[in-house]
Amino acid sequence: MTSLRQHLQRRRLADFFILLLALVVVWQIASWLVGDEIVVSPAETIAQIGVLYRRPTFWGHFDATLLAFAYAASITIVLGLGLGISLGISRAAYDTCEPLLMALASLPKVTLYPVILMFFGVGFSAKVVFGVLHGVVPITLFTMNAVRNMPAIYARVARLHRLSARDRVLHMLIPAVLPEIFSGLRLGLSVTLLGVVLGEMFASTRGLGSMLMGAIGLADFRTVAAVTFMLIVLATLLSSVMLWLDRRLHHGAK
Amino acid sequence: MAVPQPVGVLPEIHAECRDLVRNFGGIAGGHVIEAMGPITLEIRRGEFFSVIGPSGCGKSTFMDVLAGLTPPTSGTVTFEGLPVRGTVPDGVGAVFQEDASLPWLNVWDNVAFSLRHDGTDPAEIKRRVDEAVAFMGLRQFAKAYPNQLSGGMRQRTCIARTMVMRPRMILLDEPFAALDAQTRLLMGDELLRLWRETGATVVLITHALDEAVMLSDRIGAMSARPGRFLDIVETGWPRERDSSILARAEVGAVSSRLWGVLREESQKALDQSGRLAAAREGS
Repeated sequence: MTSLRQHLQRRRLADFFILLLALVVVWQIASWLVGDEIVVSPAETIAQIGVLYRRPTFWGHFDATLLAFAYAASITIVLGLGLGISLGISRAAYDTCEPLLMALASLPKVTLYPVILMFFGVGFSAKVVFGVLHGVVPITLFTMNAVRNMPAIYARVARLHRLSARDRVLHMLIPAVLPEIFSGLRLGLSVTLLGVVLGEMFASTRGLGSMLMGAIGLADFRTVAAVTFMLIVLATLLSSVMLWLDRRLHHGAK
Repeated sequence: MAVPQPVGVLPEIHAECRDLVRNFGGIAGGHVIEAMGPITLEIRRGEFFSVIGPSGCGKSTFMDVLAGLTPPTSGTVTFEGLPVRGTVPDGVGAVFQEDASLPWLNVWDNVAFSLRHDGTDPAEIKRRVDEAVAFMGLRQFAKAYPNQLSGGMRQRTCIARTMVMRPRMILLDEPFAALDAQTRLLMGDELLRLWRETGATVVLITHALDEAVMLSDRIGAMSARPGRFLDIVETGWPRERDSSILARAEVGAVSSRLWGVLREESQKALDQSGRLAAAREGS
């Protein structure tokens, strides 16, 4: 059993590296075909990351993005789960809010930019709000759908064992819908990061997004490629950590 | 183990239903579905009572009302002399037809679930859960998760979760419906053992005639919807019994009497479901 699991883990790891290698090869071919000035090659991107790491200003931008993301992620999780659970519990609230949230999910958040800037100005708050705006809708939607579709038998078990309202939420509802919540969190936190970076691009002078805009303005495609690559790695790491946590917490339910 | 009733002494009434009716729908002038009733029934302390009837006759609704999981439309239910109305009374446990094991908890934690929310002392929880897990033959699987168990084992986990609460009345709603015939017989033996050793009153809802006949002291045969008791048959089986009782000649007589009542009702239930399907197609 253990050896089979180890074999599957090794196979999964091997598949991941094969996919990674294939992506690098495609990237390199695209760079040869289109030109190194537009599609910077993988090797030069990595070299540029090395250059950025040695620049003292880079770490200021990097820390600013991480800090804004930490704030945005915390607010997004609390708000998304709170809204999702409250709206999911009540059928009337679900029926009323679900179409509105779906509409909000498909709305390009950039259209709300002027409003956010008017309220929060240029700086830290605006990019946090922009991140929250991106992440809170998918987390709320996933959570409320999970709560709404929770198997009715769990509610009967809760009534049978006379659980208090608090225990129903903490020990029945949340564990029962946690796999779906984690799917929402994975998606929601990825787009929260996207929202923070977008916020930095247009409403901040600090952070990786702002750095990216500066590089675009100077036609410094190597820095653009390096920062984009770092953001992809950051988002992938975030998603992998969430997946790992999901499996750790829920290995029995799968 | 419960003491057999001495001759001449009336058995003690454990739960009682008087003119019990449960309807569904009818909100804002909508169509009312009469699920069951009126039902008047006395369930004796320590007996094994089975409810049998055609599909959709309101057996599960009867259990829900008896357990306090849903309130009756009219009529009364009492358990140990106290009224039951939409809240599960202390001393009543239930096992459902659906798999009610909690997939995020292992077997041991599933069994401990109810006690942990009951303010029971941790040492007492450990003692009772270990005992119930061993009783249901799950000791080897205590750390396994429900998805690693067979349907029968998951149902045993749910029975153990009910058992640790030490209920004085256990209600079982077709707990073995999803199991194969052989496993059902074996689970029936386990259930009889549980009933004997706990001394609890057991009310079993089933649609399997042989299961009801093999397990019960009394069997209530229900009509097609709205379900009412048409006949209550006393089997007269000894308390010490198991699935081998099926070989006895009297089993045939009990089955035949029940089938005599149920045959026409099952046909009515079939006609009802056919009419419902036709109405759905027509609308």
